[in-house]
Amino acid sequence: MGPEQVLAAIGATGVRARPGTGDDAVVGTVPAVVARPRDTPEVSALLGAAARHGLRVAAAGNGTKRDWGAAPTGCDLLVETGELAGIEHARGDLVVRTGAGAPMDGLRALLGRAGQRLTADPMVPGATVGGTVAAGVSGPLRMLHGPLRDLVIGMTVVRADGVAASSGGVVVKNVAGFDLGKLHTGGWGTLGVITSVTFRLHPVPAAFRLVGARFPDPVAAAGPVGAVLASQAVPAAVELDWPPGGGPVRLFVLVEGAAEGVDARAGGIAALLGARDVRDALPDGWGTLPGEPECTVLKIAAPIRGLPVALTALRAEAGTGCSFRGSAGAGVGYAALPVGTGADRVARVLARTRDALPDGSVTVLRQSPDLRGLPLDRWGEVPGAELMRAVKDRFDPAHRLAPGRFLDH
Amino acid sequence: MPDAMTGPAALAPRLRAVCGADGVVTDPARRRTYESDGITYHSAVPGIVVLPETTGQVAAVVRLCAEHGVPFVPRGSGTGLSGGALPRPDGVLVVTSRMRRVIEVDIPNERAVVQPGVFNLDVTRAAAPHGYHYAPDPSSRQVCSVGGNIAENSGGAHCLKYGFTVNHVTGLEIVTPRGDVVRLGGKAPDAPGYDLIGVFVGSEGTLGIATEITVRLTRAPQRTSTLLAAFPTMDAGGRAVSAIIAAGVLPAAVEMMDALAVEAAEAAVRCGYPEGAGAVLIVELDGAAEDVAAQFEAVTALCRAAGAFAVRAADDPAERARIWKGRRSAFAAVGRISPAYIVQDGVVPRTALGGVLARISELSARSGIRVANVFHAGDGNLHPLVLFDDAEPGAAERAAEVSGAILDLCVEHGGSITGEHGVGVDKACHMPRMFSDDDLATMDLFRRAFDPDGIANPEKVLPTPRLCGERPGVVRGEHPLVASGQAELF
Repeated sequence: MGPEQVLAAIGATGVRARPGTGDDAVVGTVPAVVARPRDTPEVSALLGAAARHGLRVAAAGNGTKRDWGAAPTGCDLLVETGELAGIEHARGDLVVRTGAGAPMDGLRALLGRAGQRLTADPMVPGATVGGTVAAGVSGPLRMLHGPLRDLVIGMTVVRADGVAASSGGVVVKNVAGFDLGKLHTGGWGTLGVITSVTFRLHPVPAAFRLVGARFPDPVAAAGPVGAVLASQAVPAAVELDWPPGGGPVRLFVLVEGAAEGVDARAGGIAALLGARDVRDALPDGWGTLPGEPECTVLKIAAPIRGLPVALTALRAEAGTGCSFRGSAGAGVGYAALPVGTGADRVARVLARTRDALPDGSVTVLRQSPDLRGLPLDRWGEVPGAELMRAVKDRFDPAHRLAPGRFLDH
Repeated sequence: MPDAMTGPAALAPRLRAVCGADGVVTDPARRRTYESDGITYHSAVPGIVVLPETTGQVAAVVRLCAEHGVPFVPRGSGTGLSGGALPRPDGVLVVTSRMRRVIEVDIPNERAVVQPGVFNLDVTRAAAPHGYHYAPDPSSRQVCSVGGNIAENSGGAHCLKYGFTVNHVTGLEIVTPRGDVVRLGGKAPDAPGYDLIGVFVGSEGTLGIATEITVRLTRAPQRTSTLLAAFPTMDAGGRAVSAIIAAGVLPAAVEMMDALAVEAAEAAVRCGYPEGAGAVLIVELDGAAEDVAAQFEAVTALCRAAGAFAVRAADDPAERARIWKGRRSAFAAVGRISPAYIVQDGVVPRTALGGVLARISELSARSGIRVANVFHAGDGNLHPLVLFDDAEPGAAERAAEVSGAILDLCVEHGGSITGEHGVGVDKACHMPRMFSDDDLATMDLFRRAFDPDGIANPEKVLPTPRLCGERPGVVRGEHPLVASGQAELF
């Protein structure tokens, strides 16, 4: 549908809108129109109008992950949530409710001033709350505090038919009803447009120490990782960082807690690792994705002991140009394949790494622009795919929400 | 509605072919033993009971139900406190108590794989020799099943720090309401695609039956310290809780009891709590030894500053058990000072605790119904025990009214109608107080994706006109009068 028709279709909503441009493209698909609603009722009105006119809709926050995932097969309307930026911080309850468009950086700063934090790592700088939650990407702190979905305690989502619905609430302990926020966390906006998220928070720890060690490769690091996990030092993060090139893999263990205790705990871990590098600063790139801005990024999720095996297979096929950063303690991380890695090679890397990881998954989060339009098995085998498709069919029967973005194969 | 020809009884021969003769219960007296779960107020004799031993048998049973349009209700140990396992006279009760095998304890990967009938505590028992435990610890953990925990997203006193069941499950094998066996996730976290595990956990048996469960194991803490502080008033105790949280301490558990609850516990188990306490606070800290030591000092100082007139500490298991004894016995103890009582389960934002407790006192004074308060103070999860004499005409109704009004207070303050006992049949009609029709319809959309014909644990969780009247929420749901004594409740 052309911009004029789309603008006419949503005109009655009164929501600010303009024709889309190349800068608005979602994985190369240029939306006909971009709308900027101010609140949940406006998102409802837009999606209601879109439903009546059969418009294909995608959502974006600040657009930091526009090049992630599969290209939508079409996009008549891009809903930008940037204006939904309100933040209500219930400080005494360690809870924050935010609009989907609130920037994560701003949220972090606001909470920090109150001595609190959302234990979700930055991962993608400049991202909004909604985009971060829809992508569901978690970093180093997930080891102790759980992945992003564990921090979401309430959510409001506008469905494909324009109906706004909430689940969860503003209290952490709550088992009333289905926790649909889990479904939308990492749902890539294919089941609805997130308009508000409520998170549980944690106090900022009084002190932290980072212990660093180097090993020839992830297999050599596996024993020491196991020793750290078997210790009772309660690390907040156990990270592997394997930069490109033939160099060693770096292992970082983060301990957080009372100022009186961190040195002793870090010392104990350093002794286990035979390491001398103990600092009170985080290394460059901590809590962000590896690789250059336009490289291909894979997500690897493995049983703890399966991760080194998977990384060995990954390097064997991808070569030393490939890098990895992720939680050896949780078994989840991200591999970056440099720009210029061809589709055939990406396919071989995926196949070999998946073979090495029967009880885990390797998925493509982002493909470099030169791979656009080329066939890529982004998901691999997805247990329960049939049920997931049934859920999609119920929530979006006409498949108008980010069509082609979920289980595209 | 299935009749005798098509209903559950007609399925008996085929169910026997699946589960064996001793795996199918048709005898009325034996069926009656399953008529209720942990709350006996709701009861219904199941049409037929099956006791499968394998995933294949569960799937075959559910397929038979699906083919014949017969509803089924899953049940673990039957300790639930919301009537989630309330059977149906026109349905099949699928009991997982014969699926009680710990399949694997995988310490290097920090996982255990278990069948659904395994007792919660048995997971910890299997992991303990390796220095690990299974973190969710509902008070019925000695007898409640992991499958039931999956259905209810069970918590426990320590979920303040360690989270609920959903935070500890990485893999499920489920039998869907159509009888298909589907694997979701495994030992690896973050199963690809939609997080169906995240919604299945806590869906109260309405999305199918978990037949194999992979859980995270947690390294046992180096040190655990427990502190008991006595305050002159609830208000002072509440101030201490706020101060602890504001100081950035995240205890493993924070429990509070009021004077009436302490009095009952004292009479029942002589727990030796300080005399004259208007409120008793139990704070448990665990973790790395250095951290616990520092936090312990801070918490002690904060309690004293808030007005604690006595503070006791316990570092070894025996002393800890003494401190916990009164708290753990509280529900049963109240049973000794009152002929009958209702256990309520509601949640308020922690900062609203003081105000809500004051309103509960007013309610109690106005109605003449005594309320003992026992609660997980750290996360605002109240368990008011509403006391009454069931021999006194009208007392049960007045108690139910007070209990319902307490839930209203929770919702009014932005809280929840259930923190851990679940919705089940007991609170389905309360759901509209917390959620809009659109919210509930959206939950139903999800449910229908799994169960298009609505045969999996029907009339639980979501309100229906039959259950709640044409205008859900206007008719007040009935409440349990007496909690069963199947397990230590707290």
